[in-house]
Amino acid sequence: MSDQGPSGLNTARRDFLVKMAQGAAIAGTGGLLWGYLLRNEARAAPYALRPPGALAEDDFNAACIKCGQCVNDCPPHILKLQPSGGTLPIGMPFYTPRTGACIMCPDIPCMKACPTGALSPKLKNINDSRMGLAVIDIENCLSYKGLRCEICHRVCPLKGKAISLEPHPRQISKHAMFIPLVHSDACTGCGICEKACPTEVAAIRILPHKLVQGKIGEHYRLGWTFDTEITQDFKPVEAAPAPAADAPVPKTAPGMDYLNEGGL
Amino acid sequence: MSTSENTVSRRAPLEGAKQDLGRLGVFVESAQSSLSKGADALASVEKLHNRTLGARVWSWRYIILRRVSQFGFLLLFFGTAHWGWQVAKKVPLLTGNLSASKFIGLIPLTDPFAALQIFLTGHALQQQSLIGAAIVLGIYLLIGGRVFCAWVCPVNVVTDGAAWLRNKLGIQPIFHLPRMLRYFILVAALLITVITGLAAFEWVSPIGMAHREIIFGLGLGFTALLAIFLFDLLILKNGWCGHLCPLGAFYSLIGKTAMLRVRFDKNSCTRCGECARVCPEPQVLNLKKLDERGYVFSGECSNCGRCTPICPEGSLKFDFKPLIRGHNVQADAIAVQRRTR
Repeated sequence: MSDQGPSGLNTARRDFLVKMAQGAAIAGTGGLLWGYLLRNEARAAPYALRPPGALAEDDFNAACIKCGQCVNDCPPHILKLQPSGGTLPIGMPFYTPRTGACIMCPDIPCMKACPTGALSPKLKNINDSRMGLAVIDIENCLSYKGLRCEICHRVCPLKGKAISLEPHPRQISKHAMFIPLVHSDACTGCGICEKACPTEVAAIRILPHKLVQGKIGEHYRLGWTFDTEITQDFKPVEAAPAPAADAPVPKTAPGMDYLNEGGL
Repeated sequence: MSTSENTVSRRAPLEGAKQDLGRLGVFVESAQSSLSKGADALASVEKLHNRTLGARVWSWRYIILRRVSQFGFLLLFFGTAHWGWQVAKKVPLLTGNLSASKFIGLIPLTDPFAALQIFLTGHALQQQSLIGAAIVLGIYLLIGGRVFCAWVCPVNVVTDGAAWLRNKLGIQPIFHLPRMLRYFILVAALLITVITGLAAFEWVSPIGMAHREIIFGLGLGFTALLAIFLFDLLILKNGWCGHLCPLGAFYSLIGKTAMLRVRFDKNSCTRCGECARVCPEPQVLNLKKLDERGYVFSGECSNCGRCTPICPEGSLKFDFKPLIRGHNVQADAIAVQRRTR
């Protein structure tokens, strides 16, 4: 028998097992390499500004079919598909506000063109989109230097809501500063402000929320604000029931005993 | 009476001898035919070499048609994206790309393999892309899955070029890979999609890269095409399309039910082997299987139309699957008639 080894062992089974192990090794290394490529490619996703209605990063990465129909249907032609070898994940739509800002079409044609739902049809009003958040570099903003620039405030499609202008009075001999403030509850991240900013490198720019927004955490209670929920910790002790009319009048005023009691 | 008995008794051995002779005759005939088959094959090859220029050009008809089709699809996408081609006001002709598109603003088309991957990431696809995938799937179930490869895929232009140049230069293979490999890569693509939650092939596909970048702006996708070209030219013959591409593997599986097939007429075939020489997937032209089935059965056949015009005897022809059996029976009958004459 050809499959009998020198010591009479049947080598067919050994050969089979070795073949299996080799196959598994090829599949394993190939799979790891492939998986690494994918992860590496997806790693740059947090830096991308996606069209309105885009799902959260991981879901968008999964759902986008890279067909470019949003790009075709974008009226100002600001959307691009990332070519391979670029800095963002391959083949998916993005825009660069400094060169081409979203003009916030009320009918949202890019979202309507999306065949997979990566740009979610749940977005009904373009003002509810959250493509990114405008962030001001206060060291280079002309308004913070005391100039009456305010361009970002004036071009903002949600002027007054997304960017407000706050007067800052200064000393007697200086005029007040009017500084722009961005409000994340209204800013869509369209980037019209970034495109309009007159500084050499834009002092206001759009960044993905994840990269700029902090979170104060659940444990802070801002007791002085009206909309802060009052929890058990802060609830005032319930007032004692009013003393009955025929109750004996205490000799000392309430509070006096309290002051003289205990280890105080 | 005795004479009649005699004749009977004499006739019996005579019949036997006749039968023997008959059998011998069949044997001789088959031996002759196998001998003459070799001669026929040579004659066939000679026929091929003696074709007129017109006949040669005519035999390129499917290659020319395929290039027209491949570049035509590219042009439709490109024209819609860049020159705003429309069928009516505000009705674009063909938006998107091969992954997903919309024809005349009405008919969605989706790459079923891409849709499958996205489905496996756990994302519930919108109705539009499901309908699109069903339409594309339906078309390829009818005309053969790998019709995509030979008639639509832009990478095919590159790999055909590499194969042509490789043939011209007579480059010998460095190593061989099993053509089954693509099915393993297909399975791996689906598994990795499930594990990573990213459409595994769509994110690395050189087809997608090249196609997207032709339509939507250049990048390094052309280096992927160059790599495929060099791989096919210098390393492995038909390496990408024939061994590695999981999209081709996917469409091979779909192509099993195809109605458009290459019919094989075993009577006129001289076994010259010219068809297998030009075929990028020669394993589909296994003569034994062709004899049994009467047509090219494998889903790996891309209906590229290289073999049908090259066949000197006209034994291979495009045909509609339900008609193939009838046509083959007819051809057999004609062959029997010719032999008895």
